[in-house]
Amino acid sequence: MPVNSTHYIFLSLLLFSIGIMGALMRRNAIIIFMCIELMLNAVNLLLVAFSKMYVDTNAQLFVFFIMVVAAAEVAVGLAVIVMMYRKVHSVDINILNRLKH
Amino acid sequence: MSHIVYLVPLFPLIGFLINGLFWKSMPKSLGGAIGSLAILASFIVSLGIFFEVRSAGFHGPVIVRLFDFISSGTLHVPFAFQVDALSSLFLLIITGVGFLIHVYSTSYMHEDEGMVKYFAYLNLFVFSMLLLVLGANYVIMFIGWEGVGLCSYLLIGFWFKNRDYTNAAKKAFVMNRIGDLGFLVGMLLVLFHFGTLSYKELFGMMNSGVSVSPSVYNWIALCFFIGATGKSAQIPLYTWLPDAMAGPTPVSALIHAATMVTAGIYMIARSGVLYSLTPGVLHVVAFIGLATAIVAATIAICQYDIKKVLAYSTVSQLGFMFLALGVGAYTTAVFHVMTHAFFKALLFLGSGSVIHAMGGEQDIRKMGGLGKHMPVTRATFLIGCLAISGIPGLSGFFSKDEILANVFGHSAVLYIFAVMAAMMTAFYMFRLYFYTFGGKFRGTEEQHHHLHESPAAMTIPLVVLALLSIVGGYVGLPSVMSHHNAFASFLAPVVKNFGVHHLSHGTEWGLMGLSVAVSVIMIGVAYSTTRNVEFKENTGLAKVLENKWYIDELYDATIVRPLAALSKLMDTWAERRGIDGIVNGVGKTVRWGGDRLRLLQSGHVGSYIFVMVLGIVILFTISFFWVK
Repeated sequence: MPVNSTHYIFLSLLLFSIGIMGALMRRNAIIIFMCIELMLNAVNLLLVAFSKMYVDTNAQLFVFFIMVVAAAEVAVGLAVIVMMYRKVHSVDINILNRLKH
Repeated sequence: MSHIVYLVPLFPLIGFLINGLFWKSMPKSLGGAIGSLAILASFIVSLGIFFEVRSAGFHGPVIVRLFDFISSGTLHVPFAFQVDALSSLFLLIITGVGFLIHVYSTSYMHEDEGMVKYFAYLNLFVFSMLLLVLGANYVIMFIGWEGVGLCSYLLIGFWFKNRDYTNAAKKAFVMNRIGDLGFLVGMLLVLFHFGTLSYKELFGMMNSGVSVSPSVYNWIALCFFIGATGKSAQIPLYTWLPDAMAGPTPVSALIHAATMVTAGIYMIARSGVLYSLTPGVLHVVAFIGLATAIVAATIAICQYDIKKVLAYSTVSQLGFMFLALGVGAYTTAVFHVMTHAFFKALLFLGSGSVIHAMGGEQDIRKMGGLGKHMPVTRATFLIGCLAISGIPGLSGFFSKDEILANVFGHSAVLYIFAVMAAMMTAFYMFRLYFYTFGGKFRGTEEQHHHLHESPAAMTIPLVVLALLSIVGGYVGLPSVMSHHNAFASFLAPVVKNFGVHHLSHGTEWGLMGLSVAVSVIMIGVAYSTTRNVEFKENTGLAKVLENKWYIDELYDATIVRPLAALSKLMDTWAERRGIDGIVNGVGKTVRWGGDRLRLLQSGHVGSYIFVMVLGIVILFTISFFWVK
């Protein structure tokens, strides 16, 4: 079975959906974080697939941008999670509800 | 000398600024000296101006223009002073009598904490009055007009810790404001129809017969007269003046004699050209004047407060002046202003001296026999009483007789009522005199020991004013005694009597004889009634008179209370329910909405993410289906 762009689109759709479901359903901050990364990379995959399909390298440029943003985000996000763990000894997001009051 | 006329109001202004700014730290005697010297300096300049105006080389009014006060479009109001016979005469009265009152006050107010502040107010008062008479247009007059209103408020309520006194001050201010509105409307009418407010241009236009309908003249004259009734305490706005007795006694003298109440007379005499064009309004003026003279005189008969009697006598005398204005005898009215200034200042300062000796007691039922203890006060007070009663040889005789003669020439009916008022004047003044100085002392033993003649600073002004009360009338001798009425000819370039009926000499002597006879009879009646010193509760008419015809109660019931009720209604419905309701309603709605919306912020990160995703899905859906 030859692999064409339709497969890539479905793959990235699948990955993106897994990411959304993970982000919505899990309570562990690190898992949610990983799910967000998964969504970003699903988009990356899609962009590369379209780039190949339309023979246009502009989309690949965006991929690099997203990678850089993701790297920066990881640095900040992990730091936040580490601080959170130090404060409350947990990475459960439902503990972080003090702003409500 | 008339080009330095601005010095006249400048000195009191400087005195006011010095005393007003440093009253807390200034020693009392220095404050009194500054206040008195400022007025003295003004008086000296006024004298110079007066003699220049009197000299043969003086032609027409001199207008001293200081700067542009209002300059907008076609409206130009310069800050200018007008020097002529009328204003120079008023300058002398104001600064001369004012100076004596200041000197008197240095002694009278010496015990008072706020003496320097008092002198500051007094100087401001004189300054405002000088502006009023010096202005070359109605705007400057209005500034002074409002200024004296303000100063009367400040001085009547000078002892502001007493609630009654502050109420009296408020009453004076509000009553004056009602009149001022009339004046203001009149000014706007003048401006609208003539385009100028300066006396010279306006009266020039009126004399040359500008085509303005007579009803406009009538309205303007009527509005000005309403202003005058407020300031000069005529029916229906006179009730503030008797209450103005709440202030220190020299203030009463200043308000009643030199400043404030004469403003209305001055204004109508100044607008004589206008009033000569409106005979209908002059009838109103005469009628109101006569009614005021009689009503106030009847009230004065039954008052027991020494200052209240004098206050109602002022209202009554002002009524006489308006009566004179109303029959077209302008110079006569001004003449009476002058003589009245002398003897009324004298009487008030004399009563101040009495009150001083009595330790603040003002009830004549508790006085009596004071003549033995204070001979100077007694003698000068007697001169004042004789002058105001119109006894021949004193100033009041000449001016009052001239008024009566003019009234007789106008209408015999008015004359009869005027003589009745004059009769009552003689009665209540001598009733006051005999109760106060005659008979035996009726006060407490303590007060009896305290009785003393006042110090020289108080008696010297009394003596000076007594002399003026005697000689002041000889400048305006009636035509049967002299062919030359110096007073009328001095004022002739500015104001003239008009519509005067010349009486035969026989009639004039007869009228004089009649008025003198009734006055003398009433003095006798006053003597016999005051020998009875058992004061019983008044009944019947006397009770009505003692309660001032219940005019205050009438005003209270017909105007004050309905207004207060309306205000209360508006307060409850329009203010609290209406405006406050809207404002509070907006606040409450926002708060209620906020309370509900707050519940969305649950604090669960998971639900935030869910809402975010949901939002993205909705946006996608919208853009997919509806946005092309």
